[in-house]
Amino acid sequence: MDLLLDGFQTALTPENLLFAALGVLLGTAVGVLPGIGPAMTLALLLPVTYSVGADSAIIMFAGIYYGGMYGGSTTSILLNTPGESSSVITAIEGNKMAKAGRAAQALATAAIGSFVAGSIATVLLWIVTPQVADIVVTLGSPSYFALMVLALFAVTAVLGSSKLRGFIALFLGLAIGLVGTSTGQARLTFGEPLLADGIDIVVVAVALFAIGEALWVAAHLRRKPLEIIPVGQPWMSRADWGRSWKPWLRGTAYGFPFGALPAGGAELPTFLSYATEKKLSKHPEEFGKGAIEGVAGPEAANNASAAGTLVPLLALGLPTTATAAIMLVALQGYGFQTGPTLMDDHPDLVWGLLASLFVANALLLVLNLPMAPLWAKLLRIPRPYLYAGILFFASLGAYSVNFQAFDLAILLVLGVLGFFMRRFGIPVLPLIIGVILGPKLEDQLTTALKISEGDVSTLWSEPVAVVVYGVMALLLTAMAFAGLRKPSAGNVPTEEKEMVER
Amino acid sequence: MHRPGRGLTALVVALVLAAVASGCGVTRGSDDPSNRRLRMMIPNSVGGGYDLTGRAAARAMEDNDLTGRFEITNVQGASGTVAMQRLVNEKGADDLMMLMGLGVVGAVYTNKSSATPLKMTPIARLVEEQEGILVPADSPFETVDDLVEAWREDPGGLTVGGGSSNGGPDHLFPMQLADTIGVDPKQVNYISYDGGGPLTTALLGAKIDVGMSGLGEFEGQIEDGKLRVLAVSGEQRLDGVDAPTLTESGVNLVFTNWRGVLAPPGISAEQREYLTDLLTEMHDTPEWRDALEANGWTDNFATGSEFEEFLAEQDDRVADTLKELGLA
Repeated sequence: MDLLLDGFQTALTPENLLFAALGVLLGTAVGVLPGIGPAMTLALLLPVTYSVGADSAIIMFAGIYYGGMYGGSTTSILLNTPGESSSVITAIEGNKMAKAGRAAQALATAAIGSFVAGSIATVLLWIVTPQVADIVVTLGSPSYFALMVLALFAVTAVLGSSKLRGFIALFLGLAIGLVGTSTGQARLTFGEPLLADGIDIVVVAVALFAIGEALWVAAHLRRKPLEIIPVGQPWMSRADWGRSWKPWLRGTAYGFPFGALPAGGAELPTFLSYATEKKLSKHPEEFGKGAIEGVAGPEAANNASAAGTLVPLLALGLPTTATAAIMLVALQGYGFQTGPTLMDDHPDLVWGLLASLFVANALLLVLNLPMAPLWAKLLRIPRPYLYAGILFFASLGAYSVNFQAFDLAILLVLGVLGFFMRRFGIPVLPLIIGVILGPKLEDQLTTALKISEGDVSTLWSEPVAVVVYGVMALLLTAMAFAGLRKPSAGNVPTEEKEMVER
Repeated sequence: MHRPGRGLTALVVALVLAAVASGCGVTRGSDDPSNRRLRMMIPNSVGGGYDLTGRAAARAMEDNDLTGRFEITNVQGASGTVAMQRLVNEKGADDLMMLMGLGVVGAVYTNKSSATPLKMTPIARLVEEQEGILVPADSPFETVDDLVEAWREDPGGLTVGGGSSNGGPDHLFPMQLADTIGVDPKQVNYISYDGGGPLTTALLGAKIDVGMSGLGEFEGQIEDGKLRVLAVSGEQRLDGVDAPTLTESGVNLVFTNWRGVLAPPGISAEQREYLTDLLTEMHDTPEWRDALEANGWTDNFATGSEFEEFLAEQDDRVADTLKELGLA
């Protein structure tokens, strides 16, 4: 406790507060831009930061990290252009809310949810970091494989009412996920070295959401009268609060452990959260049309996972994301021995960082909440200008990753795919999940089988894996029973609607 | 009303990133005739090994006014193959250098690209990093001999992890090691992890028998006794690491992961000399010495025919290893 108070003392000096604010602003800005992520920003800032103190630099980095996690949601909601892979899910419901005139509420639930999740996760970080670190490394590929199978299983919840269309989308996604040479074999690369690393998930998401939609709007602009986006309330209503707080907590519960797991990541918990909220919601009919739960849960999950990432980083010196890896490089640059001894050797630095996470979180809320109604007005820009802006933004993001014109071509091709998916009512979400999950699932499976020299029983050789398969068996039985009692009611009407919607 | 808001955000980001990307924003005198702009191409992402080396070298040159400002571009794709292709396309360009190293040589072969290192103009070799053989603290292997024995007994049963994909240094090293001790490289059970972090996790959790990688990312774990180093791969022992070299342990192999600088093919002899002199001057700066120390790189500077012959020898060796494995 004393250590924590000392930490706050470090974090709350005017200088460090300034660095935290700078980090949060910068992080939000780069989170907003697709293509430029927090990892790249930190790497570019690295040489500059060596001229300031270690604590200030690390505090600023933490601000950038949290800010980036949050910033991605703003463009997801307003422009249907996710800036980061972890905010892709936010775009699904968030943008629908925005179109229904509820942008301010979507932004607010994202901001408050991020704050709540970030704060709870930071507290968890204070409590568990010293203890759990040694446990997380005992999880091997079999456990991760099981967790990902569970996630794939959860996908059935988001397939939409037409299972056929849902599976078409899922398999399209898995096919896109195959592109690359990561297995040692060139698959679907057409001999093109630019495709060797696969297609970036942000490019896929931006193309399907933003470009696809822009093409769709362009194709209908003349035939359909312009829908005026209603202005709506500037703040969250009581009902919004009531519908948001549980998803925030559940999102945190998903996000933190996945972040702490070395191969967990920030995307997996966002769509587990989405699937859960869709199942549990009292307003399942709103999903696909702007359900606030679908924004609150995933946004909480991605922020909580950002905090979780710091568990292995601080306790073991293990970077589990690109951003964490660069923070580690920075610590080493300052001459700190990163590793299991960091917490004992430099408690002031570690606790200063933990305290500053809390500060960064509070700053994010203060900065972003008043902005929500202002941002929401962005949508009142006349459609042609708005979509021109979206297209510019999307192209800039895709191009700035690598300065390759080729990436723009990919963006356009996938954009056309997005247009036709809309035309034929094929849901986008299963595709995105396929692109993210497919390669991970394959990677864990091949690693597990290579280590066991092809012995399949390795897949249930770890306790976590056994538990996960057990849970899946239970869920399946429960679903089978529920299916027997209620023979598929209410599917047909929504399907009709969805076709028009998407 | 609010579009300027967004424009402003974008502008601020652009300014900050531009200022950062181009160094620290200090203007320099331009009276020096050799003061001109150069471009540097980095074949992997920001923050990676080539990137850190390239940016450190560029900074040492800028800070000492050896030349003008550098424009640094990260060209990612297929572990450097894309960048090598771009270097070929820039044939004759007299303002371009590219960072590369052993991993890029391997990637060119595994991706079956025609833009091979020998087509380029070699300028200088800058640094090298030794590979280490790592085992978890409670591993039954105490020495390299133990490992060699177990490996010969059951070549496919020993799981070897590394932080690079096929053709990268952590993949080439165990293959050449196996070949040296009489184990068929094709039988080596190599498991590729996405960099040092995941490899550390696998080692700490004892998911694999042995890990092979540069030691920079493992310092903390080694210091703490959670991981042990059986041997290092260089000619001499590594400062601060209590482990013998392979040759000391009776294995006749010296292997290092090196990085150097190439220029496009078809540049003039004067231009090649200019770039060589520039890097030689850079090599003598205190900034470069500091960078070497801070990053734990070993200096193995070489230029001219020495680097040229080295490059040819490495190219040959990598091609042999990968062809034997059926990967090239």
